[in-house]
Amino acid sequence: MSVSAVQPDSTGHFGPYGGRFVPEVLMAPLEELELAYRAASADPAFQAELDDLLHHYAGRPTPLYYCKRLTEQLGGAKIYLKREDLLHTGAHKINNSLGQALLARRMGKKRIIAETGAGQHGVATAAACALFGIECVVYMGEEDMRRQRPNVFRMRLMGAKVVPVLNGSRTLKDAISEAMRDWVTNVHTTHYLLGSALGAHPYPMMVRDFHRCIGIEARADILKAEGRLPDTVIACVGGGSNAIGIFHAFLEDDVQLIGVEAGGRSLTLGEHAARFEGGSPGVLHGAHSYMLQNDDGQAAITHSISAGLDYVLIGPEHALLHDQHRAEYTHCNDVDALVAAQRLARTEGIIPALESAHAVAEALRRAPQEPGKVFVVNLSGRGDKDTDIYRENLPELDAH
Amino acid sequence: MPTRIQQLFERTRTEKRAALIGYLTAGDPTPEKTPEIAATLIRAGVDLIELGVPFSDPVADGPVIQRASARALNAGTTLPKVLDIARQIRAASEVPLLLFTYLNPAMHYGFAKLAKDAKAAGIDGVLLTDLSVEEAAPYMQPLRHAGLDTVFLVAPTSTDRRLKLVSEFSTGFVYLVSRTGVTGEQQELSDSLGSLIDKTRAITTLPLAAGFGISTPNQAKAVARMADGVVVGSAIVRQIETDLGGLESMVRALSSSMRAE
Repeated sequence: MSVSAVQPDSTGHFGPYGGRFVPEVLMAPLEELELAYRAASADPAFQAELDDLLHHYAGRPTPLYYCKRLTEQLGGAKIYLKREDLLHTGAHKINNSLGQALLARRMGKKRIIAETGAGQHGVATAAACALFGIECVVYMGEEDMRRQRPNVFRMRLMGAKVVPVLNGSRTLKDAISEAMRDWVTNVHTTHYLLGSALGAHPYPMMVRDFHRCIGIEARADILKAEGRLPDTVIACVGGGSNAIGIFHAFLEDDVQLIGVEAGGRSLTLGEHAARFEGGSPGVLHGAHSYMLQNDDGQAAITHSISAGLDYVLIGPEHALLHDQHRAEYTHCNDVDALVAAQRLARTEGIIPALESAHAVAEALRRAPQEPGKVFVVNLSGRGDKDTDIYRENLPELDAH
Repeated sequence: MPTRIQQLFERTRTEKRAALIGYLTAGDPTPEKTPEIAATLIRAGVDLIELGVPFSDPVADGPVIQRASARALNAGTTLPKVLDIARQIRAASEVPLLLFTYLNPAMHYGFAKLAKDAKAAGIDGVLLTDLSVEEAAPYMQPLRHAGLDTVFLVAPTSTDRRLKLVSEFSTGFVYLVSRTGVTGEQQELSDSLGSLIDKTRAITTLPLAAGFGISTPNQAKAVARMADGVVVGSAIVRQIETDLGGLESMVRALSSSMRAE
């Protein structure tokens, strides 16, 4: 079950996936970014500063919490939550935003741009930029601005400029395209702080590395709590940053890894974002990986109730883990995510982000059949940002 | 045998002028219209046509070509239809045709099949906007094998090492991106173009064509003094969008500015 070779290889490939598929104008800047990242990660002073920020500013380490009541109700596997939702700004995204912002400062960049879907990466990046006094511009699809409105305001409150993207489906895919156009234009002054384990090399590697702390902590804590490794680790997968962050520490272990994609309204193309359900290898936004596309190689429209999972291509390392059968990928539909969120809220007093609710739903589905097993679920974000969507979908709770 | 692209630059070199290269998004506004628009460009003095394959996520393009891509896709344009358009242009003219596309539609179609079908349709070369030379090897083989030119881009950010690599991978000509940024018209020509041309000339004997941000006759004339080819894209696409009837005179103004003196 082990994955022996170091991934990615020196050219940024995860097996046949990943790579660097961008216009020539970005090639030299990506080479420069890779060198800067490799130098920073070998520099103890950089790591010490990041660790200090992760601890005192972001709130690491996060707890591994045993859901006693939920476990008893389900009567099967023991469910633990890795509480990334307790981090400053509300999701795991801050790990990467702090890391890349430190790197951008080290590279002398005066301006940071980012894309955001659910707004969690945008908020984390806005916070990091405020902290370092760096100009911040966040591209966000207009549809996502509508459905994740609280996060738009939070970004602006921290001094970021939020630019609505009106192209395509007005969601994450279109926001990334627009951020790439900005970067192509302003590459001399600007760092593109990409928020998921996507894009051209070195992004999938770098973003993963900044999130590896999730799995390292969870692994140590479950060993303390249970005296053994978990049977199963479950995480939701949009681009795949929280999932790869928790999976990585368990890759060499005999632990089942499950990624949960967005099943949306149905598995008809255009109504979901489950790349392993009907997707095929393709190239978008700099990387080769599984993507949803039509018969002519055009990127498909996607849908998920969760803006953070509503994206057309999965991070390239997940594509490799899928092909190697090292991780399994499944999907959860909009309704089941809502039901899972409500159940976690009522049983444990924890309101998850809609993204993370997809992972919770998979745990709820499996736990009753697997008594004696131990599950670790990555609760990647909290649900404050989703209050409007929860209200719309649970009108009985919103009556006067 | 030299391709039509190589023959063109031989000829313009003899005539001591630069080639005018015109970009069209195939299928904009409809697949039926494109051959006729191409004929207009040829009549107005365009020496080489870049036939753009519309893509859902054109990250290297500015708003004008983004809108053209959306119109073309909405009109049902697919890669097979673009090849059909090429066939129609070729039936009426010997103008060199360069297929200009993002990688994914080509990859999805299959490179071996694309190389064969493009050649059969009368296409002379292929430029893949988001294919870096580092990733290019597996895709170039079938294109070269079919006798198609492979044109790659250099940019103001390209290091000397990269200029050398891109020149080695290119046949037909090297496409110089005149400034950092997406496609689109600019008020001023980029200052960096001259030095990019000099740096690239020092590395390769291939013809150099410059594009991105060139839209007016004066700009075309200025670039024609330095480069072997001048690419005009967004200005043509905008003319098609706003006033197709004025396209011929607009392009004629560009081509005559480059031939004057």
